Amino acid sequence: MTIPGSWYLTLAAVLFGIGGLGLLVRRNVLVMFMCVELMLNAVNLTFVTYARMLHDVGGQALVFFVLVVAAAEVVVGLGVIVGLFRRRPDATADDFHILKG
Amino acid sequence: MIGLAPSPIGLLAVAIPDLATFVVAAAVVLASAIGVVISRNPVHSALFLVATLFGVAVLFVEQQAEFLAAVQIIVYAGAIVVLFLFVIMLLGVDRPEKISKDPLPAQRPLAAFLGLAVVAEVLALANTHWSTGAKGTAGPPGGPASNVSDLARATFTTYLLPFEITSALLVIAVIGAVVLARPPRPGEHHAEDDEQAPTEGRSLGEQPGVVEPRQEASR
Repeated sequence: MTIPGSWYLTLAAVLFGIGGLGLLVRRNVLVMFMCVELMLNAVNLTFVTYARMLHDVGGQALVFFVLVVAAAEVVVGLGVIVGLFRRRPDATADDFHILKG
Repeated sequence: MIGLAPSPIGLLAVAIPDLATFVVAAAVVLASAIGVVISRNPVHSALFLVATLFGVAVLFVEQQAEFLAAVQIIVYAGAIVVLFLFVIMLLGVDRPEKISKDPLPAQRPLAAFLGLAVVAEVLALANTHWSTGAKGTAGPPGGPASNVSDLARATFTTYLLPFEITSALLVIAVIGAVVLARPPRPGEHHAEDDEQAPTEGRSLGEQPGVVEPRQEASR
C-alpha cells in the first residue's frame, strides 16, 4: 500500500501556507521571491499527486508549464530587483512604490 | 481509486519504506520551508530553499514522476537558486533587513494572522473531497512505457500548443531581462536619476522635484 494521496495534498497545502505566510511577513524582496518559489513548488507537488491519484499524466505535463512560468518570473523579477538595488542599496519591498507612474 | 476521499488508512497499512521516505522528505520540506521564511540572512534562505526543492524532488520520485524530479533539481536547484545567489552576492544584500523603519507597523501581525488563516482553511478543506474524479485526456502516467515517454507524449501531442506558447514566454522574459538589466547609456534621459539618487532622501517617488521632470520627459 502506497502513501495515500491526501497526505501529499496536506503537505502541499502546508507548504503553500508557509510560502504565503513568508511572502506576507518578510520585507526583503529576494526572500519574498523565494517564498513565491515555495508556493509554486507546493502547487507542483499537488499536480504530481493528482496525476498519480487520477492516473492522468497531464498533471505532470502541467508542472512543466509552472516551471517555465517560474523561470520567466524569476528572470524578470530579478531584473527589476537589480535595477532597484542599483539605485538604492538598502531597498525593501516598500521602496517599489517608485515604480508607479 | 486511490484516496479520492481521505479514508482512515492507518499507519500499518502503508509499507514501511514508503512511509519512511515520505516522513523524512516531508520533514525536510517543512523544516526547510520554515527556515526560508525565518532566516535573517538571504543566503541562508536560498540554501534552505535548495533543501526544500530536494525534498519535493524526493516526493516526486515517490509518486512515479522521475523525470520531473530530475528537472526539479536541474532547473530549480541548479539554475533558479543559483540565479538568486548570484543576485544576492552581486548586490551585496546579504545582511539582515532593517525592521526599525517599518512604515506599516500593523502589517506583520496582520500578515501572520492572515497566513495562518489560509493554512487553517486549506487544512479544513482536507476533511472534504479532494477532487471530483474527472479525468483528463492525456492518459495514465503508468503503463508499460517509462515515465519520460509518457510525459513526452502528453507534452508534444495533447499539450503541444501550450508548450509552444511557453517558448514565446521565455523569449519575452529574456528580452525583458536584457532591457531591465542593461546599464543606462550616458546619453539617455534617465541617466541623471541614477547619479543623483544615492544623495537623496529615502523615498524617491515622494519628491515632486524629481518625479515631475521624469513625467515630462516620458510624455
